[in-house]
Amino acid sequence: MKGNIYIYILIMGVVSYLIRMLPLTLIKKEISNRFIRSFLFYVPYATLAVMTFPAIIEATKSPISGALALAAGIILSLIGANLIQVAGACCAVVFIAELIIK
Amino acid sequence: MKESNKKAFREGLRDGLPIGLGYLAVAFSLGITARVSGLNWFQAFLASATSYASAGEYAGFTVIGSGGTYLEMALMILIANCRYMLMSAALSQKLSPDMPYYHRFLLATHVTDELFGINISRQGRLVPDYDYAAFLASGPAWAVGTAVGVIAGNVLPDRVVSALSVALFGMFIAIIIPPTKKSKVIAGIVLVSFALSYASGKVPYIRDLSSGVRIIILTVAIAAVAAVLFPVKDENPPEKEKEGEDER
Repeated sequence: MKGNIYIYILIMGVVSYLIRMLPLTLIKKEISNRFIRSFLFYVPYATLAVMTFPAIIEATKSPISGALALAAGIILSLIGANLIQVAGACCAVVFIAELIIK
Repeated sequence: MKESNKKAFREGLRDGLPIGLGYLAVAFSLGITARVSGLNWFQAFLASATSYASAGEYAGFTVIGSGGTYLEMALMILIANCRYMLMSAALSQKLSPDMPYYHRFLLATHVTDELFGINISRQGRLVPDYDYAAFLASGPAWAVGTAVGVIAGNVLPDRVVSALSVALFGMFIAIIIPPTKKSKVIAGIVLVSFALSYASGKVPYIRDLSSGVRIIILTVAIAAVAAVLFPVKDENPPEKEKEGEDER
């Protein structure tokens, strides 16, 4: 199925808004169910990791440069670089690697 | 506007501006994905202005690109933006109980990793004027950056586009990797997610599912198994707050 692009964008916006709005307006107390709390806590890590690999090595012209960017990003994150530094370094690694590979 | 609110507003602008600069680069990378998925600059601008979410929009664009169903889109956004539900829940604890609803509805338009981080790291109750100023200083850069990414993606040399396309993944890495130092469980989740995500693109039948469906299934399965095996401790709020602060 190929849908209408504006309906896709509408769904994206509405769901994104509801996800943020409902907790801010409905929650008066802490969520007490331990499974739900744990599940919500772990979801971000699982989903971002699933989306990052192997997509990062498929996004670049050469899979090697993507893999190098992944390695550089992990190392920099571990030694305390911030979000923008890591994102910038990943770009730089791909650019330099592809100058050498080509 | 009261004097204390003016001060909060100025502080919000000061803290929001560097966030906006960072958004420009990452949104540019997102714009490249949007272009590959078939969106024009206006559609990408609209999506960024209304969704205001990095991973969520990236996930949404992949659904558009692969021609997924509307239901798949809704589920995908729910999963990819699940962390904002968590952050909003944490933020709800920081609001004054008598804060009017119109503030709550406005706040909900822009809960992001970075704005959550700066709000949660401030002492005391959340001050709406501070948050609105930070959003004014950073939010427009997100939507404009995405539109520019679509346009420039057509103009720039392949090599530059290839390099910039990893900025978004770099941001994801910077969110998920630092907490792995403190938590072996999170480190395990990241490794297992990498491995299963790779495998799911190779295994017969599963690889025929759209990438959106695969992301949803893997996320729910991995997070559910982790929640059963390693439930989080009861003193929960400090953990949530740390997560936001680490991202800045």
